[in-house]
Amino acid sequence: MAKIKIEDLDKIAEDVRRKMNIREGAGRVKITVHMGTCGIAAGARTIMNTFLNLIELQNIKDVIVTTSGCAGLCSREPMATVEVVGQAPVKYADLNEERAKKIFEDHVMKGRYVEECVLSIGSERIQ
Amino acid sequence: MEDLSLHILDIAENSINANAKNIEISLIEEKEKDLLTLVISDDGIGMTKDFAQDVTNPFQTTRMTRKVGLGLAFLEEATKSANGKLTIESTPNIGTKITATFQLSHIDRKPIGNIAETIVMLIAGNPDVDIKYNHCVDELQFIFDTKDIREIYPNIPINLVNVLSFIRKYISENINLKK
Ligand SMILES: Nc1ncnc2c1ncn2[C@@H]1O[C@H](COP(=O)(O)OP(=O)(O)OP(=O)(O)O)[C@@H](O)[C@H]1O
Ligand SMILES: [Mg+2]
Repeated sequence: MAKIKIEDLDKIAEDVRRKMNIREGAGRVKITVHMGTCGIAAGARTIMNTFLNLIELQNIKDVIVTTSGCAGLCSREPMATVEVVGQAPVKYADLNEERAKKIFEDHVMKGRYVEECVLSIGSERIQ
Repeated sequence: MEDLSLHILDIAENSINANAKNIEISLIEEKEKDLLTLVISDDGIGMTKDFAQDVTNPFQTTRMTRKVGLGLAFLEEATKSANGKLTIESTPNIGTKITATFQLSHIDRKPIGNIAETIVMLIAGNPDVDIKYNHCVDELQFIFDTKDIREIYPNIPINLVNVLSFIRKYISENINLKK
């Protein structure tokens, strides 16, 4: 079987061009996965991939995933922050793949916090 | 860290924190020499000679949230347990080059791991940074460069989920260099 080539991006590029005309809501939700050595060692990359795969599978257009430096709370990594436009950012800790999925389904898609993983809301610390 | 791809992600994060605009990663497997060489270089703010000299000491860090920096110390440890070493070359305002060597066949040499996921994560988090990845197995070579994608598709944001997924697939299919 022939291997995939850079030119195979053509189809995706064509798709993107067509859809960009429709002007999508650029980012209703922003997810930030925290990095730093502790975050990476604890599994930040898996968390990131989980979010990216869900977005792709469900063909979602208004969720942005990005990364940031370490948040300083190494023992609670992996961590991620979910920010719905117009709402206080929610910081989640002790993530694993399953929890990331739940946060995606409940918080990102339906606006309900996943309380058992919440570390802080806005600037206020809970624990 | 479980494997080298996670170390690469971590060391490249240092480059990002140093405001690099270009990061080059290369992984070279030489069976004859029984040698695996990892080089990560960037055009970030660099370090002074004094700072760089002692940078694998965990207490040498400029981070604000914690008093120790572990990334380079961990990588050095990984090289040493596989009969290799870590070399750091850095010039303020020019950039930094980190070279890690390993005995390829050493029983404690960490596996390479998932390079495609590491590159995708770096691009997703830093879409304005150019990342070049070069993988050689003896005389065979694979190169991936975000600049190529930007050149062919100037109007497509490189961090779109579909594009990232393409890149992940592209790298994982082409990285297995075999005769
Ligand atoms: N590519 C680079 N360019 C400039 N400075 C660097 C680079 N890599 C490392 N440094 C400097 O060396 C210090 C130590 O790096 P190291 O990765 O060991 O720990 P850290 O990044 O501070 O913290 P951690 O990796 O544990 O999250 C950094 O704080 C930074 O000041
Ligand atoms: Mg670091």
